[in-house]
Amino acid sequence: MSEHMKREAVARPLIFEIGSPESRCVDAPALDVPDVDLGVVLGSGARSRAVRLPHVTEIEIARHYQHLASVNFGVDSGFYPLGSCTMKYNPRIDEWASRLPGFAGIHPYQPVETVQGALGLMHGLQEALGEISGLPAVSLQPAAGAHGELTALMAIREYHVANGDARKRVIIPDTAHGTNPATVAMCGYSVTQVPSNDRGGVDLVALQAALDTDVAALMLTNPNTLGLFDENIAEITGMVHAVGALAYCDGANLNAILGKVRPGDMGFDAMHINLHKTFATPHGGGGPGAGPVCVNEMLAEFLPGPVVVKDADGTFTLTTPARSIGRVKAFLGNFGVLVRAYTYIRALGAEGVTEVAEQAVLSANYLKERLRGAFDLAYDRTCMHEFVLSGERQRKQHGVRTLDMAKRLLDHGVHPPTVYFPLLVHEAIMIEPTETESLEVLDEFVDAMLAIAREVEEDPEMLHEAPYTTPVRRLDEAAAVKQPDLAWKPAE
Amino acid sequence: MYPKDLKYDKEHEWVKVDGDVAIIGISDFAQDQLGEVVYVDLPSVGDEVAAGESFGEIESVKSVSELFSPLTGEIVEVNDALGDAPETVNEDAYGDGWMLKIKMADAAEVDELMSAEEYEAFIAEEA
Amino acid sequence: MRFIPVSCEQRETMLHAVGARTVDELFEVIPASVRLARPLALPPGMSEIDLAAEIEALAASNTGGLVSFLGGGCYDHYVPAIVDDVVSKPEFFTAYTPYQPEISQGTLQAIYEYQSMICALTGMDVANASMYDGATAFVEAALMAARVTKRHRVVVSAAVHPEWRAVLDTYAESGMIEVVTCPAEWGTTDHAALAALATDAAAILVASPSFLGCVEDVAAIGTLAHDAGALLVVAANPILLGVMEAPGVLGADIVVGEGQPLGNAMSFGGPGFGFFACREQFIRQMPGRIAGRTKDVDGRQGFVLTMQTREQHIRREKATSNICSNHALNALAAGVYLASVGTVGLEGIGRACIAKAHYLRDALIATGNFSAVSDAPFGNEFALRYDGDVGAMQHALLERGFLAGVDLSRFGDEFAGMVLFAVTEKRTRAQMDRFIGEVVSL
Repeated sequence: MSEHMKREAVARPLIFEIGSPESRCVDAPALDVPDVDLGVVLGSGARSRAVRLPHVTEIEIARHYQHLASVNFGVDSGFYPLGSCTMKYNPRIDEWASRLPGFAGIHPYQPVETVQGALGLMHGLQEALGEISGLPAVSLQPAAGAHGELTALMAIREYHVANGDARKRVIIPDTAHGTNPATVAMCGYSVTQVPSNDRGGVDLVALQAALDTDVAALMLTNPNTLGLFDENIAEITGMVHAVGALAYCDGANLNAILGKVRPGDMGFDAMHINLHKTFATPHGGGGPGAGPVCVNEMLAEFLPGPVVVKDADGTFTLTTPARSIGRVKAFLGNFGVLVRAYTYIRALGAEGVTEVAEQAVLSANYLKERLRGAFDLAYDRTCMHEFVLSGERQRKQHGVRTLDMAKRLLDHGVHPPTVYFPLLVHEAIMIEPTETESLEVLDEFVDAMLAIAREVEEDPEMLHEAPYTTPVRRLDEAAAVKQPDLAWKPAE
Repeated sequence: MYPKDLKYDKEHEWVKVDGDVAIIGISDFAQDQLGEVVYVDLPSVGDEVAAGESFGEIESVKSVSELFSPLTGEIVEVNDALGDAPETVNEDAYGDGWMLKIKMADAAEVDELMSAEEYEAFIAEEA
Repeated sequence: MRFIPVSCEQRETMLHAVGARTVDELFEVIPASVRLARPLALPPGMSEIDLAAEIEALAASNTGGLVSFLGGGCYDHYVPAIVDDVVSKPEFFTAYTPYQPEISQGTLQAIYEYQSMICALTGMDVANASMYDGATAFVEAALMAARVTKRHRVVVSAAVHPEWRAVLDTYAESGMIEVVTCPAEWGTTDHAALAALATDAAAILVASPSFLGCVEDVAAIGTLAHDAGALLVVAANPILLGVMEAPGVLGADIVVGEGQPLGNAMSFGGPGFGFFACREQFIRQMPGRIAGRTKDVDGRQGFVLTMQTREQHIRREKATSNICSNHALNALAAGVYLASVGTVGLEGIGRACIAKAHYLRDALIATGNFSAVSDAPFGNEFALRYDGDVGAMQHALLERGFLAGVDLSRFGDEFAGMVLFAVTEKRTRAQMDRFIGEVVSL
């Protein structure tokens, strides 16, 4: 677990509030061409009033952000079992690779002959993701998972439109991530939700009832957000195809099945992959990630452009697929993220990639077994890379909510699991250890969870106030909404 | 908890009838379920609402719920004070936390609503 | 290489606890009919030393050491050393979205400060925590304007970056908005045409500087938009906002842009970030994450993600957007960058870009090989018509170590014969004089 962060005696000033007006860090270069009169050159477009930015020297910047780092928790700080987010270790070789001048310093409009290394890397990543997903045509353009979902759903819509088939609805299960319905809406479709069965999988009867020729696609995560593999997957995708709809796989949980089963082989037509989950690129405090889309041959011509192709002579070029949906982003995608993911895959190789899934699944099942007595299991089955506990017993018997237990974990130096998701489990606690945690760390987490379970019984009141040792304690989120303070403004 | 002089619907709104005008709010049970209310989005005076249809939204920090009108009619007054003090819904759900006054189109709709006893039984059943 | 810290013996311990003999048993839930019965066809794993050599060779096979005049939305600006130092701190880059504010104050305060800086640059009241890139922020602005005005049609200037307009068209296929393009005369929007199209529009969307580098008369366009009841969306280049008027002052309702110039590497075009700012009254319709300042139970200042009911994880299909990430690390870099250069540095850098761009443009026209496309005011970037074969010219100059601008014909035949040049503060007079000399000698 992590060293506890220091509690603050006084709030850290904002960067606007330190330094003096004379403080300087980086100056503009000496002007070696004739100066221009901005009022003349820009006319009414010239700035009328100086921008109020911070005025600080470099040491003040260094200390300010060092302080902010010290009150922030990352994977390097301690265990981060955030379900559905795959908070695995971010290898430093990947970071190093992305910063190489040959990658970081190139421009997207350079002639292709000057960027063969970059295009070759992208091509290599396309090939690797195509092989891992079983869906060989790949677009690296989407910037994030939700962006990938949107891209793939647009390609599906374009496919239907090309067939003269204007469909209206997309089916999602009740375990879906919030991005799924939001994406469906952004695509101009309506959402039809289907319930889960008592094993946590898709209810086939309900699915059949929801399916007709108005359905454009099913969006499914498998393993799903309960951490369970839906054994009926081939039947499900078959039912979807039978009405002319397509099957889309949300790749959020790909880490569990790497090298074991491929979404293409399950009958999915398209998927997105979160490189920032499965392929170890850092989450960056909220991004950037990357959400490449993999599709089968049928959908390949609808992918957004450009994609990288390898010509007969071995050179790499950019091309836009024949009936492309168009662009979903400027330039070529989050290349810096692609470099990290490619480096990671090359480091692991086929065998290493498969080991990732094996250890991720074993570690999750291990935690599930260790915690099953103290907490209720939402579904008592072999899980994949994550599992869901319910805090319903603690709530009903002791009035302690999952939120309270999650906050108490902060006092143990652990990032809490995902809570209150998926929505169909009451007081859900969703735990994903990932493959990069040692047995010692897993055991310490179990000890922390068991200690909290005891505290629930012995001192439930104390838990309502947790955490106690963090840099700040529970924050007034209602006040933050009612009296929004969203930007520092200089005193007039 | 459930004033006897009010009527209730299954979406947890209450209705107080005053001549041909009905005052509408949400029940104490509903505000408790929501937690601290931070925003209430209400329609404008003059808008028409229909029984069973959404007339607005109410938000806590991490949830959004639609508000459904128990009755049909024209809105004659809106509780604008909730804009600055949405927490009034928590503090005084049946009083200052009211939301709409509507001129009822069909007073018979009131008879379809639940009494305090019926509503209390309904909640017990739901929980 | 492997990154798994579990020994074989520990694995046995774990299997025992789980009640399985082998790891494969855990995967038996997957029907054999779909299971992969062969190893993945990927190259074998590598040691870090071998891998580093291979990756370095790949990077080195991209041509280095070129003097670049490329722009078009991605620019070769100087990145202060302190920027990469800060974004390399693992507490920042290995963290997830700050949903647990008690242990995420670093990310949250940095975002709040970033939002404050974006507000200062743009002259807007509120900014979100950043988006994927300038193009998608631009699209989100169009969608938001449609929600705010309850109108369906947006008018986009043809002078906006073609790739941004392409992304807007892609999103509009959903039917959520209808996109109408307003003609532009070589880099500036046609105001007469705009006036005709503005009626009943949700928004007018322009860029200033435009794709061809021209400074638009934003105030006039704003009046036109507001007279029609439309919102004005302005895309800006943030590094020029130390010298260019804040779009908010000129009447913009939403200001967006690509943030890469602020302390982010070009990185082949991504990741940069999109910034997004608007007037306060539209905040509930704003997409994306927002950080806010509040207090904890002990009365201590603290920061949280706020107004989350707008977002997909709560409002699902009724959310303001499906976006679920921000480019936090890139926005952090921008915050550190803006703190580093400060008011004076940003003004000086903007001035240097503009002065150098003017120097280069005058010199290129003076060679007699290039002619002006537009006489509109411009900033760091300008388009010229080349008197000859653009491809051959660029190829010859590449041989001599120069990336001689963007051949605009890649964006359509109407741009044939035109080249877009960008000049940053990093370009020296010596480099430009050498470049001019090579142009003359062609």
